[in-house]
Amino acid sequence: MKTYDVIVVGAGPAGLGAAIESGKAGASVLLADENDQPGGQLFKQIHKFFGSHDHYAGTRGFQIGQQLLEEAARAHVEIRLSTRVWGIFEDGTVSACTEDESFRCRGTWLILATGATENSLVFPGNTLPGVITAGAAQTMVNLRHVRPGSRAVVVGSGNVGLIVSYQLLQAGMDVAAILEAAPQVTGYAVHAGKVRRAGVPVLCSHTVLEARGERELEEVVVAQVDGQFRLIPGTEEVIQADTLCISVGLTPRWELAALCGCKMDFCGPLGGRLPLHSETLETTCPHVLVAGDLSGIEEASTALDEGRLAGVHAAAALGLLSTAESAEREREIQSRIAALRQGAFGRKRQTSKEQIWSRYHQHQGGGL
Amino acid sequence: MRIIFIDCPQEIPCNPCQSACAAGAIQVPSLTERPRILPEKCVACGNCVAACPGQACFLIDEEYSETEATIEFPFEFLPVPEQGELREARDNEGQTVCLGRVVEVLPRNRWHGTMVVRLAVPKELVRQVRGMARTAAEAQEEGGM
Repeated sequence: MKTYDVIVVGAGPAGLGAAIESGKAGASVLLADENDQPGGQLFKQIHKFFGSHDHYAGTRGFQIGQQLLEEAARAHVEIRLSTRVWGIFEDGTVSACTEDESFRCRGTWLILATGATENSLVFPGNTLPGVITAGAAQTMVNLRHVRPGSRAVVVGSGNVGLIVSYQLLQAGMDVAAILEAAPQVTGYAVHAGKVRRAGVPVLCSHTVLEARGERELEEVVVAQVDGQFRLIPGTEEVIQADTLCISVGLTPRWELAALCGCKMDFCGPLGGRLPLHSETLETTCPHVLVAGDLSGIEEASTALDEGRLAGVHAAAALGLLSTAESAEREREIQSRIAALRQGAFGRKRQTSKEQIWSRYHQHQGGGL
Repeated sequence: MRIIFIDCPQEIPCNPCQSACAAGAIQVPSLTERPRILPEKCVACGNCVAACPGQACFLIDEEYSETEATIEFPFEFLPVPEQGELREARDNEGQTVCLGRVVEVLPRNRWHGTMVVRLAVPKELVRQVRGMARTAAEAQEEGGM
């Protein structure tokens, strides 16, 4: 059985960050991902990222992905694609399979960066062809260069919904409307400005009631909701569309962490159920770290740096970095992450993270 | 004279405008603060216009002609606009402010492939404009440009 210093599950920004940092320090690293391409959602992102220069701000997501793959190659990270990790055992072994084989390997440290799944909405007709998630829409237009349809309605005005709407326009589709159940746009005003300038109305206090069509989506029934998200009768409207794109948040993909025996926690603002973890991404399982959306839904830039932090932590624990070196690296990365959790949009995530860290320390200290 | 104009209304963690400005005309003291402009330092290079991920930086020339001013903004849709083309000039709410005329299209080979368009609009309306429609306006000017 092949043995590695570090096994990282998930090759999105968090997993790449973790693999790069531990690999750079000299660890032997396996980075496994079930997809046929590395980068997670990064290669679907054709827009420029926010943040500072140190967060690759102003650079388009797919170009950040390319830079990270180059960094990973320089750090001698072994990347295995189309490889699904399905088992983690008490003796520290990991089971994975590809289409052709199943294999086991052992890692001294395990870093879980499994990302998130997209939330769905329940309404009549939501299984009609043409009803898709925001991530599916991005995969189609930005990776496969296929338009899902010609005229879309998008549900959700968070940054993902706004960005996906913009990208559908860039792909040559029309976006008839963006629906938002809240009374105001929930994403950044600048993202909303970009789609509004292009002629897309954002309908606040609106929700989707029904998707209709004979064999595939033909029209979307929408209606207004009040401050308690209750339907206002008589406000129903029909919008012609062949694509309905659902962008209503993400949930951490916690299954592997739970399988390991990590103590789980719940935090609404960070996406729901997630593994309890510390500031340096330790879980309640020794030698198992988490990073990225699995440890709370944030943005790619934060995920990347969380991954780097986990990678540094593992490298230091392996004795590959001196205490001074790792402390310096950790301080640097943590200050970059803290910068992204400031301001009106970031503060809630910062507070939520602090609560999780504190519950982690209570749990560990209390020996519960 | 072209001068910098920034419409960045929220405290989001972002400062590529500052990094893009070699002249030091834009300051973002901490990452989530809104940018501050030092207009006297601005050399109207336009780097911030193309660099801003939120498309919130603009260059405005209020003295373009007797009656017209111009505004420069990023434009990320195909087809590439033609010089002289008329387009609906839009504000940040998506309302059409007026018709504008494309006077310059800066190529996409800088700032990670961001095209920048310079649009001429009536002088008194330029401060409302933030962008333009994705397609040419149907009403074309008599006799072309």
